[in-house]
Amino acid sequence: MHEILVISGKGGAGKTSVTGAFAHLSDNAILCDLDVDAPDFHLLSQPEKYQTHEFWSGYEAHIRQDDCMQCGDCLERCRFDAIKEEDGLYTVDPIKCEGCKVCVALCPGDAIDFNLKKCGEWYRSHTRFGQLVHAQLYPGEENSGRLVALLKDEARKTAKEYGYEIMLADGAPGIGCPVISSLSGTDLAVFVTEPTPSGLHDLERVAALCDHFRVKGCVVINKYDLNTDMTEKIESFCEQKGYPVAGRVPHSNAVTAAMVERKTVTEYDSSMYTDFAGIWNNVLSQL
Amino acid sequence: MIIAVASGKGGTGKTTVTAALAANWKTPVAAVDLDVEEPNLHLFLHPSITGTEKGYIEIPEADERMCTSCGACAELCQFKAIALIGDTLLTFPEMCHGCGGCIAVCPTGALTESSRELGELCHGTSGDIAFHMGRLRIGEAMCPPLMKLVKNEVFSSYENDSRDVILDSPPGASCPAICAVADADCVVLVTEPTPFGFYDFKIAYEAFSVFNKPTGVVVNKAGIGDMQVYAFCEEHNIPIWAEIPYDRGIAEAYSMGSVITEAVPSLKPVFEELTRSIQESVHA
Repeated sequence: MHEILVISGKGGAGKTSVTGAFAHLSDNAILCDLDVDAPDFHLLSQPEKYQTHEFWSGYEAHIRQDDCMQCGDCLERCRFDAIKEEDGLYTVDPIKCEGCKVCVALCPGDAIDFNLKKCGEWYRSHTRFGQLVHAQLYPGEENSGRLVALLKDEARKTAKEYGYEIMLADGAPGIGCPVISSLSGTDLAVFVTEPTPSGLHDLERVAALCDHFRVKGCVVINKYDLNTDMTEKIESFCEQKGYPVAGRVPHSNAVTAAMVERKTVTEYDSSMYTDFAGIWNNVLSQL
Repeated sequence: MIIAVASGKGGTGKTTVTAALAANWKTPVAAVDLDVEEPNLHLFLHPSITGTEKGYIEIPEADERMCTSCGACAELCQFKAIALIGDTLLTFPEMCHGCGGCIAVCPTGALTESSRELGELCHGTSGDIAFHMGRLRIGEAMCPPLMKLVKNEVFSSYENDSRDVILDSPPGASCPAICAVADADCVVLVTEPTPFGFYDFKIAYEAFSVFNKPTGVVVNKAGIGDMQVYAFCEEHNIPIWAEIPYDRGIAEAYSMGSVITEAVPSLKPVFEELTRSIQESVHA
C-alpha cells in the first residue's frame, strides 16, 4: 500500500478541497483526515459513522485540598505556570498543566492526584468515496500528534483488512507536532500552495521538513492565476529543489460553491474534474 | 491592551486582519507573530529586523559515570524523553518538554541542565509599529515553549509602556492557539462564511469562551458561502465587529504582500470601526 499525504505548511491553501477531489477520483483508497484539531474533510464527504471510540491521552494533576499542606513546593517546581495560589489555596490550572507529573511525584504531602484525560473521539465511517478514519480533538486539548499516529495505524489496519491500495490523508497545517507525526510512513507528500508570499514561504518550510524526514514531495499550485509572477517563482523554486509540479488549479468560485453543497469540486464542476484528473494521474505517477 | 487575533483554522485571514489593524492603529502598537510554525506577518508588514536571538528550552544531560541505573528519571518522565535500557540511560532531547522532573528526582546528580534550540526570536520595526516574531526550527515539534519566549520578550518590553499589543495567533483551537489567547484582553475571531469556516469557528469559539474575554468577529470574504456564521453569532450574542467583502482585488493585494487597507483604501473605515469596537469592548 502507498501512503499519500496532502499538506501545505499552512491552513487555507486548499488541502481539504484537493484531498476531496483526489478522494473522488481514486477508486481504491482508504481516506484519513489527520487534521484532528480542525477537521473539515467530513464536510465534503458526509461520513456515516459506524464506530466511535474515545481518545484518552495524557494526564492532569489535581490537588486534594484536604491533604494539601500549603507548602508551595508544587508552585515553585512547575515550569508551566500551571499552579495558582490564592489565599493559601493551591490549585492546578488545567489549561496550563502539561501532565509532567513533577508536582505529583515530589509533593511532600502526597496530595496531588494524576488522572487520565479524555481528549477527544475518533471514528470509522463509510463515505461515498470509501471508508474514512477521522477524529475530533476536544477544544483546547493537546496530544494531537498521538491522535494522528493512532489514526494512521487504524487506517493501515482497515486498508489491510479490505485490500485498499492507497491511503489518502488530509494533513494538518503547520510544521509542528501533528504534521511531523503525520509524515511517519508517508510515501509521498503533496504540497498544496498558493501564489502568495506566504504560500511560497510556507512551502519552503514544509518542503524543508519533508527533506529533513526524507519524505518525497510534489506540488499542486492552487489559485495559480491570482498572481502569475508568483506562480512562476514557485515553479522555479520547485525545479531548483527537484519537486515535480503535479498541476495548477485556477482560482474559481466553484470551490466555495461546491463546499456549500457539501460536494467535492470535481463533482460540482466538469472543467475542475478534467484539471484534477490530470493532477491525480501525475501524483500517482510519482509513487 | 493585548488583542489576540485568532481563528479556528488557517487561511481565514488572521494575518491580513492583524497587519491592517496594526497599520491603522492610532496609538503606539506592537504587532507580534505567534504563529511560530508558519510566521507570515513579516511578509506584509515588511519590518526591518534589528535583532535575532536563538530560543532554547532546558533539557537534561546525562553523565553516565554518575548514573546508578536506578530508573527514577525514566519512571517519572511522561514524554518518553528518557529511558533506561539495561544499564544504559538514553535521552531523547526532541521529546523533552523541559519540566525538569528527571533532574529533580535523580539521587546522584547524574542529570544536569542542558538545552535544546527551539528556533529564533526576531524583533524590529515597521514604520511606527514595533514588530516581534518567533520562528520554529525545522524539525522542532513543540511550539508553546517558543511562543512563551516571544510573549515574555514582548510583555517585558512594554510592561511600563502604553503600547498596545496585537497578537497574530496560530490557527486551530488546541494548545498553541490557547497559549496565544490566554494572555489577551480581548479576542478578535476571524472567520469565513463557508461550511469549513463555520465548523472551525464554532470549535474555536467554544475553546476560547472558557476565558470569558470580550470577543468579536471579523467576517472575511463576506458575500461568499452561506449564512451559518451570522445565524450562530446572533444566537450566541457575539458581535460582528467587521466584514471584509469577498473581492478578487483584495486577494490579489494579499498575493503581492500588501496591507489590504493600502491596496484597497475603501477598507480603511472598516478597520477604524474595528479598532473602535475593540477598544470599547475592553474598556466597557
